[in-house]
Amino acid sequence: MPTYTLKINGEDRSVDVSSDTPLLWALRDHMDLVGTKYGCGIGQCGACNVHVDGNAIQSCLVPVAQMEGKAITTIEGLSEDGTHPVQEAWKEVDVPQCGYCQAGQIMTASSFLDKNPNPTEDEIKSAMHGNICRCAAYNRIQQAVALAAEKMGE
Amino acid sequence: MSTTISNSFSRRAFLRTSSLAGGGMLIGFNLFTACKDEVKMPVDIASLNFNDFNAFIKIADNGMVTIYSPNPEIGQGVKTSMPMIIAEELDVPWDQVHVEQGILNTKDYTRQVAGGSQSIRHGWDALRQTGATAKQMLINAAAAKWGVDASECSASGGVITNAKGETLGYGDVVKEASILDVPEKVALKDPKDYTIIGTDAGNVDIAKIVTGKPLFGLDYKTEGMAIAAVLRPPAFGKKLESFDDSSAKKMEGVIDVIRFGDFKGGGDKVAVLANTTWQAMKAKEALSAEWSDGTPMESTSNHDKLLTDLLDGNTFETLRKDGDVKKAFRNADQVVERTYESPFLPHNCMEPMNFYANVSTDKIHLVGPIQTPERTAGRVAEQLKRNIEDVHLEMTRMGGGFGRRLYGDFVMEAAEISHLAKKPVKVVYSREDDMAAGIYRPAIKYRIKAALKDGKITGYHLKEASINSNMYGLIPNFFPAGALENYQVDVAKYDSNITTGAWRAPYTNFLSFAEQSFFDEIAEALEVDPVQMRLDMLQKVKGTTDERIQYSAERMEDVINLAVEKSGYRNPKDGVYQGFCAYYCHNTHVAEVADVVIENNEPVVKKVTVAVDCGIVVNPLGALNQIEGGVVDGVGHSMYGNFTFKDGVPEVNNYDRYRLIRMKEAPKVETHFVKNTLSPTGLGEPTLPPAGAAVSIAMKKATGNRIYKQPFISNMAEREIIG
Repeated sequence: MPTYTLKINGEDRSVDVSSDTPLLWALRDHMDLVGTKYGCGIGQCGACNVHVDGNAIQSCLVPVAQMEGKAITTIEGLSEDGTHPVQEAWKEVDVPQCGYCQAGQIMTASSFLDKNPNPTEDEIKSAMHGNICRCAAYNRIQQAVALAAEKMGE
Repeated sequence: MSTTISNSFSRRAFLRTSSLAGGGMLIGFNLFTACKDEVKMPVDIASLNFNDFNAFIKIADNGMVTIYSPNPEIGQGVKTSMPMIIAEELDVPWDQVHVEQGILNTKDYTRQVAGGSQSIRHGWDALRQTGATAKQMLINAAAAKWGVDASECSASGGVITNAKGETLGYGDVVKEASILDVPEKVALKDPKDYTIIGTDAGNVDIAKIVTGKPLFGLDYKTEGMAIAAVLRPPAFGKKLESFDDSSAKKMEGVIDVIRFGDFKGGGDKVAVLANTTWQAMKAKEALSAEWSDGTPMESTSNHDKLLTDLLDGNTFETLRKDGDVKKAFRNADQVVERTYESPFLPHNCMEPMNFYANVSTDKIHLVGPIQTPERTAGRVAEQLKRNIEDVHLEMTRMGGGFGRRLYGDFVMEAAEISHLAKKPVKVVYSREDDMAAGIYRPAIKYRIKAALKDGKITGYHLKEASINSNMYGLIPNFFPAGALENYQVDVAKYDSNITTGAWRAPYTNFLSFAEQSFFDEIAEALEVDPVQMRLDMLQKVKGTTDERIQYSAERMEDVINLAVEKSGYRNPKDGVYQGFCAYYCHNTHVAEVADVVIENNEPVVKKVTVAVDCGIVVNPLGALNQIEGGVVDGVGHSMYGNFTFKDGVPEVNNYDRYRLIRMKEAPKVETHFVKNTLSPTGLGEPTLPPAGAAVSIAMKKATGNRIYKQPFISNMAEREIIG
């Protein structure tokens, strides 16, 4: 199996996998980074979203072979101690029900707010539309993104 | 004022109280709740005992309290709210409590189930007694240490105080307390003295959730564990003839390929074991198999006809009959009859089904997401012909349940594969597996017929045609049972080879839409206000002596009035079309008003105002989350949920073509609680059923069209006039 060197959460990590292995499964099965979740495998639910060079992308769709040299951030690396403003907002609003989709939601929200620090309600809704929450905690997700924007502006 | 109650603990139940080697005490309880009205669950889980409950408290020398939450956590929040109730009566600051998930313990625990919105309701008395009893034992130990009477001592915030003002922490006396006799009577707090119950407590797992710590079954791993991807029959009705694994076996990481499924060395499934998930999934795709026809392959079009035939036929079982509906129809001024239809629905838990099993000669180790650990462990032991004592089952946090994880089919798969492969295995479903090997909400049709005379409903006849099972327990006794002189509920079913089961708020999730839309139409026919019509109907229920009637007319009135007031129902804003619904299920009374507006020529659900009477609200922050989720889930599945079969094959199997509600479609939910001090009831399900009904009624006002069929999105323009 080929060896790939990936830059994950600021560290170089080597992984021996077949070239078509999606980043999602390399993270989960080979690097013990299980915060990134499997939901659909076809880029429809957002549970597996991570940052690649600052953009939120679906890690189930991108093969490891295309990821070399890119800066990848997972939920585990979003902050050192869970204090990223988006994580703080998520805690304050108490967003999760089952919690399974939340890492993907947080990764989408944090990348979005980096690009649009003062979003309107409609912009938040559009940005988060790609992430399914089966528990339907959408009211709180929206509220938490707005709160995180406030925190980041402080 | 506090309430002194006789302790229901026997001395024997406390035999497990013990000192811990490292200091502190472990209190084990085996409790019985006072709930006498048993909640009946669908046939498949009817064997579960909903009346017993127990819990564990661990108090350390330093006063730190660990509460083991025995019930499975599926997102309904019991891992936070149940320990809150113990902590309240134990009288310890919530921030000094550490909560851990209890494992399956068939010896000491007897009701480890997530289902029927019953955890809080059934746990209420037992959890309070658990906390209060431990507190009294700690007080007794302190009193003995001081040489004073326990009645001169009190405890609060984890500190015991005597008449002289001297204090001892719980940790100071925990060792002595652990060997005391169990008090025969304990005092429970008056709700006005609560300091934890009724306050907002965040999800106890939140820090782990937002940082991506391993919590879920899919995250669980052990050294040497194989991942199993399973090839199952492509259609309901197909059987496995033969398979070719020569390509799969040559693939990287593949360990083994095993036919299984009947616990006898055969079966209709093939497991591919590999080192990693991706390898297992890919190798599964490389299998080729021959399938033969077993039982008939069914299609949605067959079901449609079969259900209509059932409604037209005479194979009904009568579940409730008051008066004489036939006579009422004969004497009516007008008869209205409508038919309502719903499709199958998959549960679509975000975390696909998965389970870990390590079956060895001395032990069966099972780990993963399961709503019914006790029953499932029993089935594994039975199938593998092992003693239940050999089974060690740990529940992980679950990425959704919705009823799907009441069924342990995926646990049985893991156990059988591990048994055959002789190694630790985790079965992992792909999303496609999860959707195509479901235990679905069955397609159902309701036909409702009402007799109208002199401006009133004089007869009401509800017929249900369902697949594999019918409405159960007290559902036929929900409103409008008791409110009408002549009332009858009949059910009929068709047996299918498509697996069906409980789906969040079984039966009522669709019945509410049918019934409440029907009431709206009746009110229209009678030219009366639909809200007033319901309030008038409720008068007859007051003071009923019919023990089957468990909803309260007074509590229903409270939620109706609150929803009407808070939603502005009497004075809607221009361009806002409001639909009203009031419903009772899972012991909780709920009224909802949906606001629909027209945007770009389309009706859009903007907001749902909810009034809820669930008694005491244990954790308002968590309760609101359940209510918001239940409502949006109810709107989403009513609007978009659709699952069809063609020749036994599900026609969709992933989110590209299965539509779940998303952010932009989610209405804002505004919740108002009826404030009272009645015992709490559950919230995991009861706000879901009324949502679809309220939306359909608002849609009618906005568009002029009645909706008779789910999903609404495909049936919004349908119009059916019979009456």
